[in-house]
Amino acid sequence: MSAPASVAPRAVARGERVGNGLDAVMRVVEAPMAALQRLIGVARIPYVFILPNMVLFTIFVFVPVGLAVAYAFTGGTNLLIWDRPYVGLENFKALLDCGNYLEPSTCRYNLFWTAVHNTWWYTLLNTLGTLFFALVTALVLNRLTWGRGFFRAVFFYPVLLSPVVVGLVWQWFLAREGLLNGFLTEWFDTRIIFLLEVGWSRVWVVYVSIWFHMGFYMLIILAGLQAIPRDIYEAAQIDGTSQWRQFWCLTLPLLTPNLLVVTVLLLIRSVQVFDEAWVLTNGGGPGTANTFIVQFIYQTAFSPDLRLYGLASAASVLMGVALLVLTLSQLWLAKKAEV
Amino acid sequence: MIAFLTRTRQKGRMDLTDWLAWGWAILGTLVVAIPVAWAVISSLKTEAEINSFPPALVPRAAQTITVEGQAKPLSVWVRKAADGTEQTVALVRRIGLSATVLNPAKPQETFPVPVSELSQLKAFHLQWSNYTEPLKQFNFLRYLWNTVFVTVVATALTLFLNSLTAFALSKYRFAGRNAVFALILSTMMIPLSVIMVPAFMVIVGLNLADNLWGVILSTVSTPTGVFLLRQYMLTIPDDLIEAARVDAASEFRIYWRIVLPLCAPALAVLAIFSVIWRWNDFLWPLIVLSSPDNYTLQIGLNALQGQFNVQWHYILAMTVVTLLPVTVVFLFLQKYITEGVASSGVK
Repeated sequence: MSAPASVAPRAVARGERVGNGLDAVMRVVEAPMAALQRLIGVARIPYVFILPNMVLFTIFVFVPVGLAVAYAFTGGTNLLIWDRPYVGLENFKALLDCGNYLEPSTCRYNLFWTAVHNTWWYTLLNTLGTLFFALVTALVLNRLTWGRGFFRAVFFYPVLLSPVVVGLVWQWFLAREGLLNGFLTEWFDTRIIFLLEVGWSRVWVVYVSIWFHMGFYMLIILAGLQAIPRDIYEAAQIDGTSQWRQFWCLTLPLLTPNLLVVTVLLLIRSVQVFDEAWVLTNGGGPGTANTFIVQFIYQTAFSPDLRLYGLASAASVLMGVALLVLTLSQLWLAKKAEV
Repeated sequence: MIAFLTRTRQKGRMDLTDWLAWGWAILGTLVVAIPVAWAVISSLKTEAEINSFPPALVPRAAQTITVEGQAKPLSVWVRKAADGTEQTVALVRRIGLSATVLNPAKPQETFPVPVSELSQLKAFHLQWSNYTEPLKQFNFLRYLWNTVFVTVVATALTLFLNSLTAFALSKYRFAGRNAVFALILSTMMIPLSVIMVPAFMVIVGLNLADNLWGVILSTVSTPTGVFLLRQYMLTIPDDLIEAARVDAASEFRIYWRIVLPLCAPALAVLAIFSVIWRWNDFLWPLIVLSSPDNYTLQIGLNALQGQFNVQWHYILAMTVVTLLPVTVVFLFLQKYITEGVASSGVK
C-alpha cells in the first residue's frame, strides 16, 4: 500500500466532509493541542502524540509482564501483589514435581502435566494438519483460472467467526441429534456421541481448529506462491518438466522460507489453544481429555475455589519462555527469508 | 457457458490435476459451508423438531387443525390402515399404543386406531420466535448493546490513538523514536495468555473489574495498528506537511487535516479488523466481566450454553445473530480483508 502523492487539496476537502460531528469533537481537541504546542515547542509535540498509547501499553502490557514474573514467586490467594507472601521457587517446584514426566498421574499437579501432554499432541497434530490443508488449498487456488476470488473468500470465512460461534456450531453438528449422527444412522445404522469419547473428542478438537484457522495460513502461503515468478515455470515447461517435478523441484524449495514462517506461527498459536476448544468440549472434557495449558492457567487463577494466582503465573512464565523461544526463532526465520 | 467454465490455461483441455483442483475446491466449500448452514437451518426449527432424530433437512412443524367441538387445535396425522387405504385424521388423545382420532370432515365421530398406523403430517415452517423469545427471556439485548458499545468505542479509540502514535513515529525525528517503535513492536510477542493474572490485577487495581471500560481500555493500543499505520504514513510525502507548516497550521491540525485523510485506506483496513477483533473477543472479557449485566454477546452465549444446555433452539438462534454481522461485513469487504491479511499478516 502507498499513499497517492498529489491529492492534498482534495484530501483536505475530503477531511472536512469526514463528518461534522467528528469534526466538532476534533476542533475541541485542536485548540488545547495548539496551545500546548506553543507552550512546549514543536520539538516536544511528538512526545505528546505518543503519550496516550504508551501510557496504555505501560499499564496493560509492560506492568503485567513485570508482575507476571513477580507473581510466580508469591503464594496465597490474595490478588493484590503487596498482600502476597514471597515463596521463592516454591510454585515452580510444585509444578515440576513429577515422578515421571511422561506419566501425568505421577506428578503433584497432574492436571498441569495432563494439560502439557494434551497441548503437546494438539500442537503437533494441529500444526501438521493445518500446514497440509493450507498448502494444498493454496496450491489449488493458485491453479484455478476461474473463481479464485470466490473460493479464497469461502476458505477464509471461518477465520472471521468467533471462537464461541465456532465451538457452538460444531457442537451442534456433532451432537447426539446432530447432522453427522443423522447420516451415520442413515448409512451405517450407528450413532457416536463424539464429544463424550476421549479419542473422538480429541480428533474433533484438532479438526475444528484446522477448519477454523486454515484460511489464514492459506492466504499467507498463497501470497508466497503468487510471488514466485511465472517465467520459471515457463522455462520448466519448455524443458518438458512434469508437473509433479515442477512442484517438488521448483515450487516447494521456493516456498520453503514462507512455509517455515507459517509453521512457527502455527506452533505459537497452537500452544495457546483455549477458546474454541473450551467451548466445543464444554470446558475441556470429557474429563480432562481436552484440557490445555491456557485452560489450566485460567482455571487455577480464576476458579472461585482455587485462586492460586502464584501457581498460575508460574505456569504462565513457563509457557511464556516456550513461546519466546518460538517467537525468536520466527523472527530469525523471517529475517532469513527476506535475505 | 460450458466452454467458459472448463477453460484452463492448457488450451481448453482439463487434465487430471485440474479436475482434482476443482474437486478439492468444491469439497472444501461444502466442508466450510455445511456446519454453518446446518446451524442456520436448525435455528429456525421448533423445539420439538430440534430434538427429534434423525434430523430433517428443512425446518418443519407439525400441522394443526381447529375442529368444531374441540377446545384446542388438534395435530394432523395420516392414517395408513391395514388394507392400504390412507386417510387424514386429527388426533384427539393418545393412550399407550392406542389413539383416539376423528375425521376432520365429520368432527362428531371419534374412533380408536393403533398408534402404529399413524404418521404425523409436517409442513415447512420457520420458527422465528427462536429469535424473538431470547430477547424477552434472557438479557440478550443487553449483551448485544454491550458488545456494540465495546466494539464502537474501542475501534474509535484504537484508530485515534494508534494513528496519533504512528504519525509521531513516522513524521518526526526525536530522541528515543526507534526505541519506542521497537518497544511497541515487542508487545506483539506477549500474548494475553501469558499475562492474564497480573493484567487482571491491574484491572482490579484501577477499579475496572466487571466494567466494560476494563475491556475497552486494555485493548485500545495495538502494535499491529501502530505498525500498519506507520508503514502507510511513511509513504506520504513530507512536502505536504512542510507546506502546511508554512501556512502556520498547528501540528495537531496537520495530523487531523492532512495526514489522517490521506491514510483513509489504511485506517479502513485497521477499522475492519478492529471491529472483528472486538466483536469476537472472548478470553479477556471472560476474565474481566463477571456480572451478567455486563456480559458481551460471546460471554453471554457461552454462559447460556452452560445454563440452558437443552435449549438448542435459542442457543442456535443467538449464535446466528452473533455470526451475522461479521458475515455481512465480510460479504461486502472480503476483498479488503483478504488483501489486508495477505499483505500485512494481520489477523
